[in-house]
Amino acid sequence: MKGFAAVIRRDLTLAFRGGGDIMTLLLFFVMVGAIVPFAVGPDKALLSRLAPGIVWIAAFLSLLLGLDRLFRNDHEDGSLALFRQAELPLAGLVAAKVIAHWLLAALPLIVASPVLAVLLAMDAPTWLRVVLSLVIGTPGLAALGAMGAAVTVSLPRGGLLAPVLITPLALPLLIFGTGSIDAMAGNSALLLLAAVSLVLVAVAPFMAALALAVSED
Amino acid sequence: MPAPDRLPQRQIDVTDLACRRGERLLFSNLGFSLAPGRALLVRGPNGTGKTTLIRTLAGLIAPDAGSIAIAGRSEEERPGTDMHLLAHASGVKGRLTVEENLAFWRAVNGGSGDAGEALDIVGLRGIADLEAGHLSAGQTRRLALARLIVAPRPIWLLDEPTAALDAEGDALVGRLIDSHLAQGGLCIAATHLPLALADTDRIATLTLGGAA
Repeated sequence: MKGFAAVIRRDLTLAFRGGGDIMTLLLFFVMVGAIVPFAVGPDKALLSRLAPGIVWIAAFLSLLLGLDRLFRNDHEDGSLALFRQAELPLAGLVAAKVIAHWLLAALPLIVASPVLAVLLAMDAPTWLRVVLSLVIGTPGLAALGAMGAAVTVSLPRGGLLAPVLITPLALPLLIFGTGSIDAMAGNSALLLLAAVSLVLVAVAPFMAALALAVSED
Repeated sequence: MPAPDRLPQRQIDVTDLACRRGERLLFSNLGFSLAPGRALLVRGPNGTGKTTLIRTLAGLIAPDAGSIAIAGRSEEERPGTDMHLLAHASGVKGRLTVEENLAFWRAVNGGSGDAGEALDIVGLRGIADLEAGHLSAGQTRRLALARLIVAPRPIWLLDEPTAALDAEGDALVGRLIDSHLAQGGLCIAATHLPLALADTDRIATLTLGGAA
């Protein structure tokens, strides 16, 4: 357990010392939301109807953009090879890294979501449902991303490949994520989102660990 | 030097090992066995497979043929957790301080050694609070060596342990290996420089690239 906490702490420390990484993702998230009114026009009714989809696409993109730092730096400086001999199993390492990734990439988005709510003319109940769907859905997205990042870690310039690889697989999260924001749809979409997210979080550490285990060869 | 507690006993038996990088067969029919308290120096020119042998023993690369048996492991022990690999890429994070780097690896490797003492041994105590990115190559190597001290493990796989080190650093590596062997540890070191080891009776040499 000590190693697990140490990995999370190290990733957070590195991100905070590394400078603007978190801020960049956050700004990107807000920007995507902010440019939509310019593109579709300032029609409030239309904007609030599009809002759930826009928020989820913005969150989706900013989570994917941060994927590359998940394993690549550790691969390049040799840490990943050393993790193979760590007391902490590789699956534990991945789980810790997914948690750190979520704290660094998803949590700031959820905190910043009121800004998007204002920009996209969301009312308060809709915004609350957006927060709920992001809280439930983003861990699954981070877990899925970890699998993609692990598969592509040893490829040179694999950075953009991981998002391309996992985007089709993330469609269920997107469908149920935006569906759960719609007030008419009831709770079934939210429950399905929770189910998909839970399965991904449970499976990802082991899948990603398998991919990492062969990545050095 | 750390107190000479006994390390868990391990024995390595390598039989008919062959390794390939890409299409090229680096070596084949390689066999040796190493008892506790013994060291093997792997010599040979560049490109003869010293690093590949070390990485294969570490379990990072699957051998083309042959087997590596390590005796003495208990049933529930995960393979690899009784080894330390010291490679060119040191796993040192430039934005963490020297002490944070060491504390991280100690936690991840489940070690219980005293970080301050280990930094003392490798001569980095005075700059424990410096970000590791400011270290020279030799100092980075010393920090990587400190990782081996804080989590005692019986098998050391060292790839060019003295690279970038000064004369005093060479002697340090020699002392560390000597005390590791004295505690019943194993050491396999790939190097093309002679190591300053005190007890030459414990050391065997394997030369790659001559016959192949």
